[in-house]
Amino acid sequence: MKPNNERNMMTGSKIIIESLIKEGVDTIFGYPGGAVMNIYDELLNYADKINHVLVRHEQGAAHAADGYARASGKVGVVLVTSGPGATNTITGIATAYMDSIPIVILTGQVPTNLIGNDAFQEADTVGITRPCTKHNYLVKDVKNLARTIKEAFYIASTGRPGPVLIDIPKDITSSVCEFDYPEGIELRSYNPTYFGHHVQISKVVKELLNAKRPLLYIGGGVIISNAAAELKELAELFDLPVTSTLMGLGGFPAEHSLFFGMLGMHGTYAANMAISNADFIIAIGARFDDRVTGKVEEFARNAKFAHIDIDPSSIGKNVKIEIPVVGDVKAVLNSLLEMLSTKSKEISSTQYDRLKWLEDINIWKYEHPLSYEMNDVIKPQYVIEKIYELTEGSAIISTEVGQNQMWAAQFYKFNNPRTFLTSGGLGTMGYGFPAAIGAQIACPEKTVFDIAGDGSIQMNIQELATAVQYNLPVKIAIINNNFLGMIRQWQELFYKKRYSFSEMNVNPDFVKLAEAYGAVGLRATKPNEVEDVIKKALSIKKPVIMDFVVAKEESVYPMVAPGAPITGMLLV
Amino acid sequence: MEKTHILSILVENEAGVLARVSGLFSARGFNIDSICVAKTLEKNESKMIITTSGDTQILEQITKQLNRLINVIKVQELTDEDSVVRQTVLIKVNADETTKSDIVRIKDIFSGRIIDVSRNSYTLEVTGSERKIESLIDILRPLGIKDIVMTGIVAIQRARKLN
Ligand SMILES: Cc1ncc(C[n+]2csc(CCOP(=O)(O)OP(=O)(O)O)c2C)c(N)n1
Ligand SMILES: [Mg+2]
Repeated sequence: MKPNNERNMMTGSKIIIESLIKEGVDTIFGYPGGAVMNIYDELLNYADKINHVLVRHEQGAAHAADGYARASGKVGVVLVTSGPGATNTITGIATAYMDSIPIVILTGQVPTNLIGNDAFQEADTVGITRPCTKHNYLVKDVKNLARTIKEAFYIASTGRPGPVLIDIPKDITSSVCEFDYPEGIELRSYNPTYFGHHVQISKVVKELLNAKRPLLYIGGGVIISNAAAELKELAELFDLPVTSTLMGLGGFPAEHSLFFGMLGMHGTYAANMAISNADFIIAIGARFDDRVTGKVEEFARNAKFAHIDIDPSSIGKNVKIEIPVVGDVKAVLNSLLEMLSTKSKEISSTQYDRLKWLEDINIWKYEHPLSYEMNDVIKPQYVIEKIYELTEGSAIISTEVGQNQMWAAQFYKFNNPRTFLTSGGLGTMGYGFPAAIGAQIACPEKTVFDIAGDGSIQMNIQELATAVQYNLPVKIAIINNNFLGMIRQWQELFYKKRYSFSEMNVNPDFVKLAEAYGAVGLRATKPNEVEDVIKKALSIKKPVIMDFVVAKEESVYPMVAPGAPITGMLLV
Repeated sequence: MEKTHILSILVENEAGVLARVSGLFSARGFNIDSICVAKTLEKNESKMIITTSGDTQILEQITKQLNRLINVIKVQELTDEDSVVRQTVLIKVNADETTKSDIVRIKDIFSGRIIDVSRNSYTLEVTGSERKIESLIDILRPLGIKDIVMTGIVAIQRARKLN
């Protein structure tokens, strides 16, 4: 062993920051507290290398790191204190977990000798987060710190990505040890499969060539695996119609003639009819969520399924799969394309059936397009269409949860991956705004919108101070219906219009609220004001809240009643 | 069809791994019928033997979910046919002058041992298949069982037979 003066001795705090730098981290979303004071003190020495974003609530930190990760493809990093700091991040961690988003959460913990003593600000963070992290660690020895951080980043960002939490007792942050960041990594029990099995892929090819009514059903895995280009190539090669889950939006260009929109509960008529009538469906990085399948026994009854997914436990979970292909979407699509390149669509005996099939879907599309009626009140759908138009489809859009989210998914046309950030799995109100902050930091040159509801925006409105402090020109478009609109819609349809606690009897004046924070507030109350408000917001290089006072009792259509087959759509 | 399954799970011997595995079962509403955990010859490994019930589709889901845990090295289903399955029971049973010899005889039939004796009770140790243990309990029950403890099931795959 080298003598001490030649070794690279550091405190745990310094090791943490040096390790983050080794992982390429330049941004941390955090909030200080007793257990992480040492780390915070060290952070001041790294102000030139690490941009620490001080949020106003730890939930905001987790969502911001998540939005940063979704928009950039990099791992988002969170730093919070023990006890309440850690518990405040839980919703954010669970949100990232459900949507397979890579974030690393560093939580302070009480000193090792106090663990288990009900010490001040002690919580069993590892215990609490076990079910909502991909993996988590309690670091008990400073010697393990660097290796743990290395593993955490590796696990978070590989395979099916997800949040990884590292709980660090305060004494570890002041203990000293040699810093030697591991080069490689060896995890005996963790080896994600990237390349699909050749035999399985050739079965997909065979089915595809024989299919008369093929369909691609894509999900968030396409975006996570950066496979949009391969997907487009595949679809175009055989004129395969494409439908997407909420999480997959942006994975295939919405304006493409082969795209038929989102499927499921609020899916388009064409998408739901197509999946119900297809004879061969390739599910790509999608997981057959109940919001997609409706009554699962009747979901796509006429079809055989191939399912490409990196997570074997997603395959065959809800629906029987004839051809499972375990692997990374991008890698599998590449192999599939390679095998298909030797065949041409002319070889396929079913060419005429396929043309007929595309025609059928297009007829469904023209019979029942997404639509709404205009009158003298602002329609939410119109606001979204205008945002799309005025941003030329190039904005990053985050959403809250509820009707605002569904309208954003239906009426903004997402042509590029990583431009639609939404809490799909957990459905977390309060996600959109902090996620937009994270996205804006990841992509400073882009226009970032949070399409919000008047209810949801109040769940993390405190982050307006963060946006103002860091000069982030995030645009918040509140679709203000004075209701927990999606709840109201269900009450209208399934509870005889008994509006139990879904009306927002008191809402703040959002314009004044924006001003109180030092942001800009704008309001539109009539349809002809919408465009001006959006244009004005786009011209202001500051956070802006747009309060769109919209029709109170507008509903999202089509809608499939929960538990009903997805062909049973309620149309407008 | 509901059926009992025996899972042999090789895990890294790290703090919290038992909680991860059992948490996975409970979070998905899967019941654990018995569980046995102990170290293996390798320094950093433990083997868990878990019995659970459910149809084969549920079992497949459990197996995949277990494999997803970072600390799980290998998951294997053991069947009655290709493995040896054992359980040990300690039973304290009432014993008086009229029943003592019966108990000793029963112990012999079940290849067990008497491990503790008092004026009015015998404690038996018996190892065997689940069915064997059940029938032991049935036979002893009329005598009055004062206390009973069982280990979980342990199981090991049989060596491959030569043709
Ligand atoms: C944290 C959280 N609490 C409750 C819900 C249930 N929920 C789903 S949508 C919704 C209404 C959202 O209202 P608002 O933000 O105004 O959106 P709108 O539907 O009106 O567009 C509620 C309460 C949720 N998804 N998340
Ligand atoms: Mg609302």
